[in-house]
Amino acid sequence: MDITNLTVHELQEKLAKQELTSEEIVQAYVNRINAKEKDVKAFVTTLCDEALKEAKEIDEKRKNGEKLSSLAGIPIGIKDNMCTKGVKTTCSSRMLENFVAPYNATVVEKLNEENLIDLGKLNMDEFAMGASTEYSYFKKTCNPWNLKTVPGGSSGGSAAAVAANLVPWALGSDTGGSIRQPSSFCGVVGLKPTYGLVSRYGLVAFASSLDQIGPITKDVRDSAMLLNIIAGHDERDTTSYNMQKKDYTKTLNGNVKGLKIGIPKEYFGEGINEEVKAKLEEAIETYKKLGAEVEEFSLDIAQYALATYYIIACAEASSNLGRFDGIRYGYRTENYTNLKELYKNSRSEGFGPEVKRRIILGTYVLSSGYYDAYYKKAQQVRTLVKKEFDKAFEKYDVLLTPTSPTVAFEMGTRSENPLEMYLADICTVSVNIAGLPGISIPCGVNGDNMPIGMQLIGNKFEEEKILNAAYTFEQEYKFREKYQPEFKG
Amino acid sequence: MVNTDYEAVMGLEVHAELATKTKIFCSCSTKFGAEPNTQVCPICMAMPGTLPVLNEKVVEYAVKAGLATNCTISKDSKNDRKNYFYPDTPRAYQISQYDKPLCEHGYIEIEDDEGNPKKIGITRIHIEDDAGKLNHNEFGGGSLVDLNRAGVPLIEIVSEPDLRTAGEVDRYLKKLKSILEYIEVSDCKMQEGSFRADVNVSVRKKGETKFGTRTETKNMSSFRAITREIEYETNRQIEILENGGKVEQETLRWDEVSGKTFSMRNKEDAQDYRYFPEPDLVAIRLSDEYIENIRKNLPEMPESRKARYMSEFKLSEKDARLLTASKYLSNMFEDAEKICGNAKAVANWLLSDVSRILNEKEEEPDAIPFKAEHLAKLVELIDKGTISSAIGKKVVEELFENPKDPEEIIKEKGWLQISDEGAIKEVVDKIIANNPQSVADYKAGKDRALGFLVGQAMKETKGKANPQMLNKMFLEILSK
Amino acid sequence: MAKVSKEELLHIANLADLNIKEDEIDNYLKNLQDILNFANIVNNANTDGLGETIGENDQCNVFRKDEVKEFKDNELLLANAKEQERNMFKIPKVIQ
Repeated sequence: MDITNLTVHELQEKLAKQELTSEEIVQAYVNRINAKEKDVKAFVTTLCDEALKEAKEIDEKRKNGEKLSSLAGIPIGIKDNMCTKGVKTTCSSRMLENFVAPYNATVVEKLNEENLIDLGKLNMDEFAMGASTEYSYFKKTCNPWNLKTVPGGSSGGSAAAVAANLVPWALGSDTGGSIRQPSSFCGVVGLKPTYGLVSRYGLVAFASSLDQIGPITKDVRDSAMLLNIIAGHDERDTTSYNMQKKDYTKTLNGNVKGLKIGIPKEYFGEGINEEVKAKLEEAIETYKKLGAEVEEFSLDIAQYALATYYIIACAEASSNLGRFDGIRYGYRTENYTNLKELYKNSRSEGFGPEVKRRIILGTYVLSSGYYDAYYKKAQQVRTLVKKEFDKAFEKYDVLLTPTSPTVAFEMGTRSENPLEMYLADICTVSVNIAGLPGISIPCGVNGDNMPIGMQLIGNKFEEEKILNAAYTFEQEYKFREKYQPEFKG
Repeated sequence: MVNTDYEAVMGLEVHAELATKTKIFCSCSTKFGAEPNTQVCPICMAMPGTLPVLNEKVVEYAVKAGLATNCTISKDSKNDRKNYFYPDTPRAYQISQYDKPLCEHGYIEIEDDEGNPKKIGITRIHIEDDAGKLNHNEFGGGSLVDLNRAGVPLIEIVSEPDLRTAGEVDRYLKKLKSILEYIEVSDCKMQEGSFRADVNVSVRKKGETKFGTRTETKNMSSFRAITREIEYETNRQIEILENGGKVEQETLRWDEVSGKTFSMRNKEDAQDYRYFPEPDLVAIRLSDEYIENIRKNLPEMPESRKARYMSEFKLSEKDARLLTASKYLSNMFEDAEKICGNAKAVANWLLSDVSRILNEKEEEPDAIPFKAEHLAKLVELIDKGTISSAIGKKVVEELFENPKDPEEIIKEKGWLQISDEGAIKEVVDKIIANNPQSVADYKAGKDRALGFLVGQAMKETKGKANPQMLNKMFLEILSK
Repeated sequence: MAKVSKEELLHIANLADLNIKEDEIDNYLKNLQDILNFANIVNNANTDGLGETIGENDQCNVFRKDEVKEFKDNELLLANAKEQERNMFKIPKVIQ
């Protein structure tokens, strides 16, 4: 038995039956990291020794009959933009290369309450800006299915680590597709929850009105389990909703009979790779076979949503990233004689090119004379996008689209052209713009054995519906039994 | 103003720190004067990943201030980010309010220089966070950033350009300060910077309807400095115009020592604050019920207190107005009156000797070091004849230096009034013996001479002799 | 669709406290112009009568009680600063 190939719910079962100890699990992962991390380069910081020590303590406690969570002692990986007290939080930026947060993010506190063990901080595009993890200051993470290709981004480290069995599950963050797109590229399950379901406190902000933390897992049940842990109101985040807690595993029943699935035809048009389209069409047939009612309809907002997304996300980012000035924390230039130089040089040397590009764009659209034409208009278009989705959800329970127009692309082929990189987000951003939940699950591979992702979009706070639709497909298709990453290249 | 062809136009932006226990967006204490960076947390230090949560009292206090200044309270309000880089603003944006302030379209009433009532419009009142403090580093060079004040809640009260003279500005500020003190939303301690004003000044030829180009002088925190600044700035602008020049729209700094204004920013750094709605906070939508509830619970305002003092205590309009101008003074008056029951005497002491000493010290009533009980006791001691009013004056001086029970002061200083008939006679005899000429004058019908003799006797007893007894005794002996 | 000038770009960079080197200007200009051209399609959308979406949470009046809570790890708050003195952050001299 390869422990690292087990899902978390399988690990949970084996812990309960005492077939495995936490130490055995963590040790298996440490061994795996030692063997594979050099190829995948998913981590910014590994915490192997600390994790082993913690595992032993938890085993001890369990032996002594202490009441612990059924998940206690299972490791997890955390995207490096969530604050961990005492462990570096870098956002994969030179700016925060040595930054140690003085507090834990709310989600990290919740993981700690379950006694999950932090195995390390995972690589990402700098400040979560990117779709390939190539914009990390430290390293380029490789896609375990083909090491010459990107894992997607910005949560590329999280998705690659889960796909390569370096962690059993991980947390990612999603502003315009940063959980779903890398999950699609790496053949794993990535869920972006409804905006406001998970606290953002302690998530280093990219775009405040779009950011959301979510699970990246091997399967849908694990996704529901991790969502159970991290969802919930937080007094420290006024944009988190105060509502009844749910058990998202309870509604995984493998039944989609009568489920109304809408297929927005614009998401299958120009620019979508033919192999991707073909696998999605097979998936649609599978749903029909399983008894779902599938219907094509028009949702002509994708282009607007993408333009709106770049205006709003960059505007918010330009403001959110103002605090990085080299004074209280973060990179500080050696080269200054006055305050303005300290600011400018610290920021110019500390931020990478993509971050600077987006700060410039964001500053531009907010500056006097342009605010109305860009920012204000984008906020109105955002209302339009939401209205269109509202209309769609009057008719359908879930919407089905590709997660990305393509499979994972080769490193270095897109990063030179920012606009082209931005277009890769076309299928995912409208979900963030409307604040909806979306999940990406693998629905096959292409001719080169590269995974293809399918996105299911739900109405606000209807995570159960997309999780069950995803679960039902997963049970039928059995992707993990058919395909495994090969670390080729 | 030297040149009477011109009139000045002033508008004020007043920043008042709200008297909440905690900061506007985090739970750190707002107490003044703590050691540097001890009242801070990840939120007010703008650590990555932190989020603001609005303090409910800040909203309540701002609404109170709005209602007390006749504003309309907005039912649809929000917070906005104002972006700029400065080390006292750790987020690199202030969370303020841009196009939907909590309160709008109010006014307060003052008197113009002729004593006629005049309404000064309040454009808006909005909430925002205060900045930290930059300290000059005397030894190690550079500046040092202390963020204790970062995040202390402020209301900014913006007036219409309705003010025309330094006197009006002075009365407007004092009235506003008094209102904020009355409703207990700010302690308005100017020396601690919790009540400060940006002063906008422009000038124009009399009769002109268009406004001239204005300058803005930032962060003024004394009434006297504001008056001086306005005089200086109006004259400076008139001089420029008279010489055919143009006034530049700019931000100025007032230098107290030289008594001049100086330009603060160079023009290349023209600000563009890139305001946009704060996405980390949700909208503020106040219900009628919420607003009415605050309105109902507003405390008694200076105007109605004044009327009550005139009817209940028969004070003059002037005395009632002066007393109620400061809530602190007014409270002291009421507390002391309750104890001793002599409203007239308490008012007199507060408005004469106490106010004179405050003036000399350039202090506000809240700097009075003694308590209402002390003042009441003083009045009682005089009413009982234990001391004279002359001694009373000395007791007040002493209360400022060394505040304690006046009875103790009198004992310690030996100021007890001499009311013993034997002792009084002894003094009277001595004075009569030493001043034969005055005695002769009096006997020759010059009544004024009696006054002189009594004065001499008071001097001899260092003011302690009971003046009624002294008078009586002189009359008795001299008429023999 | 307005064309962004070099001066404008440098002004924006100055507002954002970023340097743009002479040899980076063309690249930044092209990227910014490309993205603005694309972003400009928002102006084709018919938004008549539509309000602005501000933030993604449509609730209102989420407030905190005015109760002091002391942050316990005060010493960690200055631990990341490159330069500090007397428990304050040190910066180049600023004339107030």
